[in-house]
Amino acid sequence: MAVPMGFFTDTTVCIGCKACEVACKEWNQLPSTNGGVNTLSGMSYDNTRQLDGIHWRHVRFIEQFSPDRRDGRWLMMSDVCKHCAQAGCLEVCPTGAIVRTEFDTVVIQSDVCNGCRDCIAACPFGVIGVNPVSNTAQKCTLCYDRMQVNLPPACAKACPTESIKFGPIAALRETAAVRVKDLHARGEARAYLYGDDDTILGGLNSFYLLVDKPEVYGLPAAPKLPSRNLLPSALFSGLGAVLVGLLGLLSFRQRRIEEVEGRADGGNPHV
Amino acid sequence: MSDTFFTAAPHWHWLVIWYLFVGGVAGGSYLIGALLDLFGDARDQPLARLAYYVAFPAVLIGGLFLIVDLNRPERFWHMLIMSERGWPMLKYWSPMSIGSWGLAAFGVFTFLSFVGALAEDGRLRWRGLARLRRGMLGALIAILGGVFGFFLAGYTGVLLAVTNRPIWADSPLLGFLFLVSAASVSAAVLILIGLWRGVAPYSIGWLSRMDGWLMPVELVVLIAFVASLGPVAQVWLSRWGVALVVGVVLVGIVLPLLLHWRPRLLGGLNMAAAAVLAVLGGFILRVVVVFASESI
Repeated sequence: MAVPMGFFTDTTVCIGCKACEVACKEWNQLPSTNGGVNTLSGMSYDNTRQLDGIHWRHVRFIEQFSPDRRDGRWLMMSDVCKHCAQAGCLEVCPTGAIVRTEFDTVVIQSDVCNGCRDCIAACPFGVIGVNPVSNTAQKCTLCYDRMQVNLPPACAKACPTESIKFGPIAALRETAAVRVKDLHARGEARAYLYGDDDTILGGLNSFYLLVDKPEVYGLPAAPKLPSRNLLPSALFSGLGAVLVGLLGLLSFRQRRIEEVEGRADGGNPHV
Repeated sequence: MSDTFFTAAPHWHWLVIWYLFVGGVAGGSYLIGALLDLFGDARDQPLARLAYYVAFPAVLIGGLFLIVDLNRPERFWHMLIMSERGWPMLKYWSPMSIGSWGLAAFGVFTFLSFVGALAEDGRLRWRGLARLRRGMLGALIAILGGVFGFFLAGYTGVLLAVTNRPIWADSPLLGFLFLVSAASVSAAVLILIGLWRGVAPYSIGWLSRMDGWLMPVELVVLIAFVASLGPVAQVWLSRWGVALVVGVVLVGIVLPLLLHWRPRLLGGLNMAAAAVLAVLGGFILRVVVVFASESI
């Protein structure tokens, strides 16, 4: 297996140019509109709005302004599939369409996916959507085809500010740690890394440098695997099965008692 | 804010809701038939056969709903067979994977019992097939089919819970709730068809009494389910919350219970009215649970 590869996205140098979005769409031949539906937001420069089956990169524009708009800032973040070390989508996929590659990334095989959409509900980050062209669930592949011939993913190649850095995860973590230290030294004490260690889903192969709470960037503070609910839900359902069975048996017993007492209908008040 | 609010909706809409309902009726009906076969007496046999007559078509229709709901229905078999290697595709930790196998296995047992019931009723030329409902073989089919019936009635709730979506993944009680509701709705469906087909009051009475006990249990589990959502429960402060209270609690549980406890309220229509309301409530429960999450 090759070494784990991924992205480190430094949001402090993102300028919101969306070159990554365009490069992603170009390389992966993703449609510009969703079946002809207008996707303009009408309230922000962010017209992509979300990650889904035809938006594998999304430059999020977070507009933080005071009510009188005298003070404010724009936070920009190029968002993408996190290629989680413990991936919820891969966990639930019933067809085996979602696989982990030799680069430790997570890829949906479009020719296997049957569009059950379980992965969409399972992804803690809301990354996956149905691509109307293939009619299957799709998301960022971390340009698996380019990686196989030693090319960087299209988005990282196109990024003009190196906000999106691509490389071996171990090296990216070192780079990120140095960057955070540098920002702290310069007075940007809010800078921190999201998903760079194994505390979030075993580590995110696409991790971020942020300067505000994760929720501000549309990221969950403590994302979890769907399987956390499997055992408790199954056990409670088992309890339900026992209860239903017992009530059925009790109803038989009651009927027998009332029959002995002489009621031919089994004692039911309705009959 | 719960981390489940950062996720995307899978667009599981009406076909999935109908599957949750019809699949529940299939599982619930079969387990009622199995209970009658295993613990009832000869007088219960017409109702047991009726239960199997409901379970098999219901599981067929439910399976069809699931297939049509896929974005690529022609690939439905990828749930069971690895499309490239041809080996069985099974992930025991994925409710949708194990559910696909459970549905297929349950389909086999419902078919065997359905055919056995037809033969027993003299509606098949091959009367020997009635052996599928008799002796050790009949008991074995009823036990295994009943286990799968329980599975089908409850796994759909577990499937919704094993996601990251609001409401569904915020409580461990959805499978429990769906299972109890499926048993109650199935009892109501069989009461309705049983009254229509003239099944003996002896058997209908057993079913009605069981349903009368199931509904308070369902109400308690429903309250526990809402309470277990914690802060997420505020999503019910919406039209879906109104539908939950009016459609599920009032129409689907409280009114049928009232009719159950006051047998002379509607005279001869009492039992049928209670059953209709319980079926309606069971359907609304699934509509509300699915759309309340989908709308976030």
